[in-house]
Amino acid sequence: MSFTNIFDTQKWDETKNAIYNKTSADVEKALLARRRTLADFKALISPAAAPYLEEMAQLSSQITQKRFGKTVQLFAPMYLSNECQNICTYCGFSFNNRIKRKTLTESEILQEVKEVKWQGFDHILLVTGEANHTVHVDYFIKAIQIIKPHFSNISIEVQPLEEEDYGKLKQEGLHSVLVYQETYHQEKYKDYHPKGKKSNFKYRLETPDRIGKAGLHKIGLGVLLGLEDWRTDSFFCAMHLHYLEQTYWQTKFSLSFPRIRPAEGVVPAEQSINDKELVQLICAYRLWNEEVELSMSTRESESFRDNIFKLGITTMSAGSKTNPGGYSVKEESLEQFEISDERTAKQVAEIISSKNYEPVWKDWDRTFQ
Amino acid sequence: MDKLTIADREFQSRLFLGTGKFGSSAIMEEVVLASCSELVTVALKRVDFEMDTDNLLKHLQHPQINLLPNTSGARNAKEAIFAAQLAREALETDWLKLEIHPDPKYLMPDAIETLKATEELAKLGFKVMPYIHADPVLCKRLEDVGTVAVMPLGSPIGSNKGLRTIDFLEIIIEQSKVPVIIDAGIGSPSDATKAMEIGADAVLVNTAIAVSENPVMMAKAFKMAVKAGRIAFEARLAKVNGAATPSSPLTAFLD
Repeated sequence: MSFTNIFDTQKWDETKNAIYNKTSADVEKALLARRRTLADFKALISPAAAPYLEEMAQLSSQITQKRFGKTVQLFAPMYLSNECQNICTYCGFSFNNRIKRKTLTESEILQEVKEVKWQGFDHILLVTGEANHTVHVDYFIKAIQIIKPHFSNISIEVQPLEEEDYGKLKQEGLHSVLVYQETYHQEKYKDYHPKGKKSNFKYRLETPDRIGKAGLHKIGLGVLLGLEDWRTDSFFCAMHLHYLEQTYWQTKFSLSFPRIRPAEGVVPAEQSINDKELVQLICAYRLWNEEVELSMSTRESESFRDNIFKLGITTMSAGSKTNPGGYSVKEESLEQFEISDERTAKQVAEIISSKNYEPVWKDWDRTFQ
Repeated sequence: MDKLTIADREFQSRLFLGTGKFGSSAIMEEVVLASCSELVTVALKRVDFEMDTDNLLKHLQHPQINLLPNTSGARNAKEAIFAAQLAREALETDWLKLEIHPDPKYLMPDAIETLKATEELAKLGFKVMPYIHADPVLCKRLEDVGTVAVMPLGSPIGSNKGLRTIDFLEIIIEQSKVPVIIDAGIGSPSDATKAMEIGADAVLVNTAIAVSENPVMMAKAFKMAVKAGRIAFEARLAKVNGAATPSSPLTAFLD
């Protein structure tokens, strides 16, 4: 049994139609519900919910405060490698892009650690492409061993691994694994991922199951917003989360909201998600699931980020570099995506404090394996 | 008002506080001072002993404030015991709020692991205050293994739903030989008063204060509410009567 069994019973077009046929009556029912179901979530992400945005934001803000308090957890991504055997038509690291490839050595990792630590971070996210011959589980084990003495909380966002490998990394002190399905539209997925191990849709779809079975503390899910209809994709993601929560009840979950902007030219403009819609999506997730962590990266603009944490976001990266070695070297030509919010971590923390929220740097301890 | 004694320590205040969820450590400090609380719990996982970015502890350095480290984040007895030892060493106190919740969604305490850990930790000399379900049998079992107090929940943590477990809390209070501190779910000062009126020895509050519009004012309200409830308990509340008292009682013929 894995999520595939549930996924295969769902039809994309039917789901999409159901979302687009939701009415304001459905939205109002969802807003008033004591416990909101996946059907309510459908209503809240539907076009019919757009006029209720302020009401959703108010509710989302209250619910988030109740659970998470007036706090924002900060973390830094650290890119270990941009080597990649996959072709992902939207990604800067794509195999067919002629960029300089780099995988950090042990001493380079240590240099990066110093820089990130110096900014105040205690939670770190390690990121790579997919290059199984060089950036494999033994590489990750080594990286975690180097990083562990310096950070309380380590997450990874790398290629999907086997359950056994996740188990090994957990033993080394890994806390969480982020793996985004990108899109739950199986055929479109094939178009966007024509080559490499990543082109196997089902293997990726079942990755959170393998992470759950290995007993990691947290699993991060997400959709690359803009690859397909964001509403339908997000509904599938919510369904995935719901299944995982019921199956791996000892695991925590987080959701991220990476979006492709129309200017990047890789996706049709009508599928892109605008600011208002992104706020609607964030609030809809919060209204439906009070406990899930909602995470926001520096892809988003300063003004968007400065306002969004009051509406439901609980976790943010800051001062990010998205190229391997980016914190300790000046060269920035190898970025995975362009950073929109370029402020330092300290500046972002000051903004959070100025809005009467507390920036939290440490919320885990190595004691807990 | 009677003083509260837990293990070897006396408390004037029966209001205990949590330190999470505040908009800043400075506000948290103001709240603690305004509440006159003498026991505040701090999550070990939030304390950074190497860097001073969070400076949580700096704001709690007042002579009347006792720290109660908690093991939030522990999923089983083994992790909790390890964390407890670390907390004892780092914070120089053998007081411990034992929290073991393997379920990260509702943070429901694990009765089996909690009992196991309490027994171990009591042997190691800790003053253990376990966070538990409102389970009267578990409370007696914890007493047997050396707990210094019990901390049953009023409703799910952070829910502000009040004393949903009141029937079980009353049994616990009736049976308990150690102080009963009602933890989790207390959403308003009236909930705290109610808890004290039914005979709880103290309450622990966090979300209701931290997330209110004015945490400092809310702390003052809780301080008064706890006091009022305790005084009412000591004065013995008049019984609530469901029926009118008949003017010709059934036993009048005996006179």
